[in-house]
Amino acid sequence: MDIIVCIKQVPDTASLHTLKINPKTNTLMRDTAPAIINPFDENAIEEGIRLKEKYAGEVTVLSMGPPQVEKALRDALAMGADNAILLSDRSFAGADTLATSYTLAEAIKKIGKFDLILFGKQAIDGDTAQVGPGVAECLGLPQITYVRKIEIENGKLRAERTLEDSFELVEAELPAVITVTKEINTPRYPSLKGIMKSKKAQITIWSLKEMSIDSDRVGLEGSSTQVIRIFTPEMRLKGEILQGTSEDVVDTLINKLRERKVL
Amino acid sequence: MDYFLTEEQKMIVELTRKIAREKITPVVAHHDETEEFPWDIMKLLAEADLFGVYIPQEYGGLGGGVFELSLVTEELSKVCGGIAICYAATALGTYPILLFGNEEQKKKYLPQLAKGVRLAAFALTEPNAGSDAAGIQTLAKKEGEHYILNGTKQWITNGGEAEVYTVIAMTDRARGARGATAFILEKGMDGFDFGKKEKKMGIRASATRELIFTDCKVEASRILGKEGIGFLVAMKTFDASRPGVAAQALGIAHGALDDAVKYSRQRVQFGKPISSFQAIQHILADMATQVEAARALIYATARMIDKGVKDIARESAMSKLFASDVAMKVTTDAVQVFGGYGYMREYPVEKRMRDAKITQIYEGTNQIQRNVIALNLIKEAAKGK
Repeated sequence: MDIIVCIKQVPDTASLHTLKINPKTNTLMRDTAPAIINPFDENAIEEGIRLKEKYAGEVTVLSMGPPQVEKALRDALAMGADNAILLSDRSFAGADTLATSYTLAEAIKKIGKFDLILFGKQAIDGDTAQVGPGVAECLGLPQITYVRKIEIENGKLRAERTLEDSFELVEAELPAVITVTKEINTPRYPSLKGIMKSKKAQITIWSLKEMSIDSDRVGLEGSSTQVIRIFTPEMRLKGEILQGTSEDVVDTLINKLRERKVL
Repeated sequence: MDYFLTEEQKMIVELTRKIAREKITPVVAHHDETEEFPWDIMKLLAEADLFGVYIPQEYGGLGGGVFELSLVTEELSKVCGGIAICYAATALGTYPILLFGNEEQKKKYLPQLAKGVRLAAFALTEPNAGSDAAGIQTLAKKEGEHYILNGTKQWITNGGEAEVYTVIAMTDRARGARGATAFILEKGMDGFDFGKKEKKMGIRASATRELIFTDCKVEASRILGKEGIGFLVAMKTFDASRPGVAAQALGIAHGALDDAVKYSRQRVQFGKPISSFQAIQHILADMATQVEAARALIYATARMIDKGVKDIARESAMSKLFASDVAMKVTTDAVQVFGGYGYMREYPVEKRMRDAKITQIYEGTNQIQRNVIALNLIKEAAKGK
């Protein structure tokens, strides 16, 4: 069972207060926050490793981004992934979800051998949840999103897909694309031996040239959407303080809520 | 202060800190309250390879030494001194095998202990033999190829939870201190039982029990080193393990210092954060200076041991003595900085103060440490060095 896990390096939103948006370029100032593996992708890596431990095979982590994404890939190797590939080229920069899906799908074709492709359900920076499904479309593979449990029997995949107040049981043939939620597992800590091994590991880097793909379909040029502006919404702190006896205040509050059709 | 740790040591610190913050912090109060043994945390530390940091690579460890062990213990203790000692007590039980075990014993026990799949413990103390270790009464009587153990060990950290025990017993009472022998025992052996779990003032996450031997039949192959060197095994073990206890004390003190600094910036009195008052500033400054001095002494000692210096009893005793006295002082001061809140269980510093006290007592009381240091000084002077 060979598994590809697609991961994204994101700014750590736990240190949100240090995050800043560059007002000129409308992009996130990435050096203002520590970079981490997207938390949902950590669940995807963990699930990949668990499936490998159960059914044997190899886990390959794949990411696209600038050279510093190597750190995220090494962290995945320390957890127990076997191989790491980074798609890195100046021309990949500025990609929207369409261009990213295309580039990742082409890399997956180049890897060739796989039974399952795992993603986190979405990235905590862009929150689009589109790249997993996008890759499935590019590859013409079945996709199951928001998965909280995976079972494999006789080469058949059975997944529990989380819905708002219930779950769906979905079956699919392998190979398939799955995006996972936090519920699916608790990601392990890397072991010291894993970290040491990951420091020495070779990370394969593929540029546009090595991938021999359509340069019009990658990066900013290959993107069909464009971000015009990103801004921090202004905090609305203005409230109204009601005064008087408890009974009066409660009545006024109920009236006001009725006026606004909350009640 | 920069101690110029190696890349590997930095990695060990970073990983331990992460696990301690994310997984131990939320359960500190629970284990203090319930005295439940922290098996979940032990499992996490095991999976992260932390039990193997001081064990040679040929036995499945990471090939570090006393320094690496101290770094892990310090980081764990910054969050919980009780959980830290469950980890460190395994090292105390492992060191006799590391130092005196034959190849067969090392191959049998060290890989499992390095992996953390089994915990270890060390048993010397008895109801009537604490500081006067030569007064132990547990008897190992030779009968053919076996020894029959009878007696009781008291206050054994990890007792009942650990599976591998180094036990010091008398094989020849007539020879006094030269009549003691160290054995490797395992939980589950016939005639080896546990007494009640003690209720303690601090380090309540750790388990402390009696070991009771009733005609416990032990093969001669379980002897560490040879018959009659039991006290040497104990003393050499303590020489190597005292920096670990010192590191526990250091971690507890550092945690209390961090708590106090943070709290002093939040607590407002007379319209200002109390950190703006010199009375508080000076307490914090003294705390920080003492913590750093303790760290420098421990790290220097640990490095010395790992470099293979033979005579380390004095430095080892000094680091344990100094760091534990610092821990008691600093945690008491932290409670003072917190004022009334510090005395309340809802806040973290009273626990640190309770945890600190034991570090002045176990692995040789601080009075015994002073004896060791003074004896060394006098011996050296007598030699005319």
